[in-house]
Amino acid sequence: MSDLRELYQEVIMDHNRSPRNCGPLEGASHKAEGFNPLCGDQLQLYLYVNDDSIIEKVRFEGKGCAISTASASIMTETLHGRSVDEANRYFQAFCALATGEREGLDQDLDLGKLEVLNGVREYPARVKCATLAWHTLQAALRGDKTPIKTE
Amino acid sequence: MNHLMGAPELPGVAAGLALDVDSIRGDFPVLQQQVHGHPLVYLDSGASAQKPEAVIQVMADYYCKDHANVHRGVHTLSQRATDRYEGVRGKVRDFIHAGSTNEIVYVRGTTEAINLVASSYGQAFVGPKDEVLVTEMEHHSNIVPWQLLCERTNATLKVVPIDDRGELILDRYREILNERTRIVAITQVSNALGTINPVHDMITMAHDVGAVVLVDGAQAVPHMSVDVTDLDCDFYAFSGHKLYGPTGIGVLYGRESLLNAMPPWQGGGEMITKVRFEGSEYNELPYKFEAGTPDIAGVVGLGAAIDYVAGLGLDLINEYEQQLLAHATARAAEQSGMRVIGTASDKAAILSFELEGIHPHDIGTVLDHEGIAVRTGHHCAMPVMEHFGVPATVRASLGLYNTRAEIDRLFEGIDKAQELFGQ
Repeated sequence: MSDLRELYQEVIMDHNRSPRNCGPLEGASHKAEGFNPLCGDQLQLYLYVNDDSIIEKVRFEGKGCAISTASASIMTETLHGRSVDEANRYFQAFCALATGEREGLDQDLDLGKLEVLNGVREYPARVKCATLAWHTLQAALRGDKTPIKTE
Repeated sequence: MNHLMGAPELPGVAAGLALDVDSIRGDFPVLQQQVHGHPLVYLDSGASAQKPEAVIQVMADYYCKDHANVHRGVHTLSQRATDRYEGVRGKVRDFIHAGSTNEIVYVRGTTEAINLVASSYGQAFVGPKDEVLVTEMEHHSNIVPWQLLCERTNATLKVVPIDDRGELILDRYREILNERTRIVAITQVSNALGTINPVHDMITMAHDVGAVVLVDGAQAVPHMSVDVTDLDCDFYAFSGHKLYGPTGIGVLYGRESLLNAMPPWQGGGEMITKVRFEGSEYNELPYKFEAGTPDIAGVVGLGAAIDYVAGLGLDLINEYEQQLLAHATARAAEQSGMRVIGTASDKAAILSFELEGIHPHDIGTVLDHEGIAVRTGHHCAMPVMEHFGVPATVRASLGLYNTRAEIDRLFEGIDKAQELFGQ
């Protein structure tokens, strides 16, 4: 069970039990739906981006496994108050972290709590759970109308 | 000894006519391994069953000694390959109790068999205002080909609902059937729920309104003896790989009169007798539906798989698996926080479930760490998941090589998942 704890770290379990910024967002400027057909995970992501391209508010709702729920929850905390450009840098860095491609990591970026999800790189089948919220973020920022799928 | 045609040995039948599962397990090389430091417990046979040595060896033997293209050459190897290929057709006929080898068409698997019928029979005999009937418990491969057919022909797809135990509501079936129903496509055993459907009676009812019936037997043939003549079905589809045979090979049984009336599906070599640019003449059954070079080694492997299960005896396999299912169901009833999805009175050895507060995908990862392989997800049966209001389930699907001790290991793994997630 010890190595399972590296995947399911306490921070992940906590965010799974009590996801932050969970629920709809009135007056969202961007929204998108993400769906992982393989495991049935789905989430709606809502953003309020102001005129200076700062993400003032970000919330999500949906059903998913512990990894996808915790990842979405930690993502909302990370993005709060960041610029769209910074969000895109975090997206790149997080995907690199989750897939274990360390050379893709942005050395100047402090990933902070996102680091707890680095255990998924040992679980190829679960990488998509961790990145679902982030791909949905990209879809929301692009203004995609159709749900994105991680398959 | 000719591995293909020789009399089946009975490796796993102990005296007193019960399966000798220890001996059977020895026939499956893949089971002799550890996963994450634990002996592998393979509970995903519903997705694809493991292969006995006999299947693996017979395919290697075929490639080592007899491979050439079938029905093509006068040379010795081509004749041997053809003999092996056609010999298995006879085994399949006997295995499902069909009347003739003309009714046995080799395909890639159940999905291709259903697509063949939907395209060929459907295109010729289904028109606007006609109805095609499926059930709510169908696998996607017995839904989507019919949806495509209905889109092409402007026919209507009708769906027989299920109840909360996962049984078909037969009164609704009776009501939905009518003289516009052209095709009824039903699974014999639900892959997601384990429900065994009363297909014999459903076929009679469909014939009463003049409809033809395709039975999806993918989940049935590994668990029970199938008699297409007794069922009186018009089409029956199954895959080799769920029957302990190789992937990439399957069978479509079709009633000879219907196959004769159907237009060819794919064109190419083998399915013709004469090709001219003014028009070609099609081959006789079953070759009319077997365009191109087939999966000869796959057919040879399928023959060995049929020998293997028929040698053990499907009645004994069924009896043994039912004991395993009863044990698993009893353990499930005692497990706190567990909800079994699919509680039909007549079930094959499939236990689909969810655990309170833990997503199936997380359960799957924890179980994998214990060396236990289960399927998690929607099992390609999203309408079923929707009916039960779950995005996914965990499914343990049993095979003839599983044991009570392995089911106990599954429940120990479930305990660990609940402990980890504080449930």
